[in-house]
Amino acid sequence: MHQPGQKLNGSEIFFECLRREHVEYIFGYPGGSLLKVYETLHDVEDIKHILVRHEQGATHMAEGYARATGKPGVVLVTSGPGATNTVTGIANAYMDSTPMVVFTGQVPSTLIGNDAFQEADIVGITRPITKHNFLVKDVRDLAPTIRKAFYLATTGRPGPVLVDMPKDVLAAECAFEWQEGVDIRGFKPTFKCHANQVSRAAKMIAKAKRPVLYVGGGVISAGASEALLKLAVEQQIPVTMTLQGLGAFPGDNPLSMGMLGMHGTYWANQAVSHCDLLIAVGARFDDRVTGKIETFATQALKIHNDIDPTNVDKNVKVDLPVVGDAKDFLESILAEMPKSREDRAEWLGEIDAWRRQCPLDYTVEADSLKTEFVIEEVSRQTNGHAVIVTDVGQHQMWTSQYYKFTEPRSIITSGGLGTMGYGLPATIGAAFGIHDRPVVTICGDGGLMMNIQELVTAVHHKLPIKIFLINNQYLGMVRQWQELFHKEKYSFTDLEESNPDFVKVAEAFGCRAVSADNPEAASKAITDALAYNDGPILVDFRVIRKDMVFPMVPAGGSISDMLLARLNPKTMV
Amino acid sequence: MKHLISVLVENKFGTLNRVAAMFSARGFNLESISIGETEDPEVSRMTIVTRGEDRIISQVLKQLNRLVDTIKVTDLTHQPHVERELLLMSLKLSKTTQHEIFELSNVFKGKVVDIKQKSITIEIVGSPDKINTAIDMFRPFGIRELARSGAVAIHRGDA
Ligand SMILES: Cc1ncc(C[n+]2csc(CCOP(=O)(O)OP(=O)(O)O)c2C)c(N)n1
Ligand SMILES: [Mg+2]
Repeated sequence: MHQPGQKLNGSEIFFECLRREHVEYIFGYPGGSLLKVYETLHDVEDIKHILVRHEQGATHMAEGYARATGKPGVVLVTSGPGATNTVTGIANAYMDSTPMVVFTGQVPSTLIGNDAFQEADIVGITRPITKHNFLVKDVRDLAPTIRKAFYLATTGRPGPVLVDMPKDVLAAECAFEWQEGVDIRGFKPTFKCHANQVSRAAKMIAKAKRPVLYVGGGVISAGASEALLKLAVEQQIPVTMTLQGLGAFPGDNPLSMGMLGMHGTYWANQAVSHCDLLIAVGARFDDRVTGKIETFATQALKIHNDIDPTNVDKNVKVDLPVVGDAKDFLESILAEMPKSREDRAEWLGEIDAWRRQCPLDYTVEADSLKTEFVIEEVSRQTNGHAVIVTDVGQHQMWTSQYYKFTEPRSIITSGGLGTMGYGLPATIGAAFGIHDRPVVTICGDGGLMMNIQELVTAVHHKLPIKIFLINNQYLGMVRQWQELFHKEKYSFTDLEESNPDFVKVAEAFGCRAVSADNPEAASKAITDALAYNDGPILVDFRVIRKDMVFPMVPAGGSISDMLLARLNPKTMV
Repeated sequence: MKHLISVLVENKFGTLNRVAAMFSARGFNLESISIGETEDPEVSRMTIVTRGEDRIISQVLKQLNRLVDTIKVTDLTHQPHVERELLLMSLKLSKTTQHEIFELSNVFKGKVVDIKQKSITIEIVGSPDKINTAIDMFRPFGIRELARSGAVAIHRGDA
């Protein structure tokens, strides 16, 4: 480690700063504008650089790492195409509020604006998909900018921050100075909830006969799960979670109603539709949650706690906004709760009746395989204790329904942007951060192909990840919509003729692989995969092809009005 | 309804773009935006004119606040304030219209900033309403070109 005051070049300063930010891993890919950085990196030992095979992979890895560990993910890519390849991953992190710092090389500052070789205005391109971004024009600004970038990415509502570093800045020298404290006058998030609002919320909760807690990813990033459990149990309030909120509350607790919204449980959606008080914590009333806004939770008074004031009253008008940190909110509420409260046995009984009326279920046949079975089996064999990473599509929704998430930071999934190709690299990133639990990806045959090159990264580092491929030979989720809403015109969603043999593909990458096409073989494959720790393993689950995810709220429909099964049942093959 | 928002921002490259891009990305109406340095060279003041229902305006204010480079956001609409706009307008000039143009310009406390054989350029300062009226009144003489600064506004002093 270099001492402050020492004269260093920009690249050396870069690593000095990362050290002081306690960065363990950089997910990166070299190029012309970063040659100086990679020259310095050659002799850096305490920060590990993971060479990806596509810069999009680097961003998803950083995000997987960040979501699994709570620490910011770090990406390093070259200018131009390297930088533009990160755009999807940055947008994804922005939508899902994941802390991430992306460093891009840039052409020398003297050439900026000249359409120089490998120049792209990445600061301009990423302005609407970053929390903030910077172009460093002077080596003396590098250290303070990096400090600010980490501070912004991790403070308040987390998000991605990009730092663009021209080649000449990385070579120029100056005395290295480091200042821990950051003061950005335009950025002062509210952590502490307003005391009056909290006591009003506590009173509303005590008085409610039919309350529901609706919680999102904000509870997880605030580390507020314990307080949530306490409040729900003490007050006997049933809890429903968003996709990003799964694991914030134990899925095996009787008060858990699972996920709400488009593919949520029938009983969670009924409870929200009939509740008299909706307590939203760290959730943002996304359209996949609310369905038709006009009919969403119309009988309820609404309390909304969020760290980001722009989320409040954005989609749904609420009765009591409480801006602040979710943990502070829940803990303050707990301290304020009056001794007596309404009896909620009848309300919980009603919810139970809905649960019995339309449970999540499916049939098992000995000679064919269903995704629901695979996921329930993974859940059973891991005791709900694995880190589950998904891709996007039907398998993702089945995972949210059938895996019993019992602790926070257990599901890593692309919610806001819905990015296919996210699963495999995010799993790799998570596996760098997590060593005491199995790290599993559940992905589709469409999505796996979108970043399959990262299999090399997993093999090279012998990461013991489990790649559970739900292979229906379809872009299943799109096929489902085509069947339900588009006259069964199966336009470009059938992959049977074009898909590769995934077992062979994996083997060619040096990854162990097996396949399974019936429940018995599937159970065994899961057991074996969980026991194999010498590197990645892929299981190609040959599931039935035309299964559909139910229940479902058709886009723009009311969540009280769910489709429970196929409109025109046909035999499934 | 129309809202007049005053925003203090970091005087840095890209700030205007961040604000304008936020308006377009979120589909907010942006009638005018003007920016200039303040007494502190590190800080600029933006004056924004937008339109929308209360719910939208409340989002506009919050989204402005969320930008890291904004320091202070004030909705001046319902507060005592002074609002001004500058109009530069070049008109066709002829012997027959000359007199009337001068007279009308006086009504608006206008200033002649340039005059040629066949054209005259007038400068008028006033509220955007006054500027609108002036443009309407001068239109019959033949407007060759005009430029408006967009509104700038400031809070009225307390004492
Ligand atoms: C990058 C990207 N392109 C397109 C889509 C649209 N899309 C959503 S789900 C889906 C199908 C996914 O198919 P697959 O990965 O096989 O998963 P399945 O639904 O079959 O489980 C598609 C094409 C998307 N979400 N992301
Ligand atoms: Mg598929």
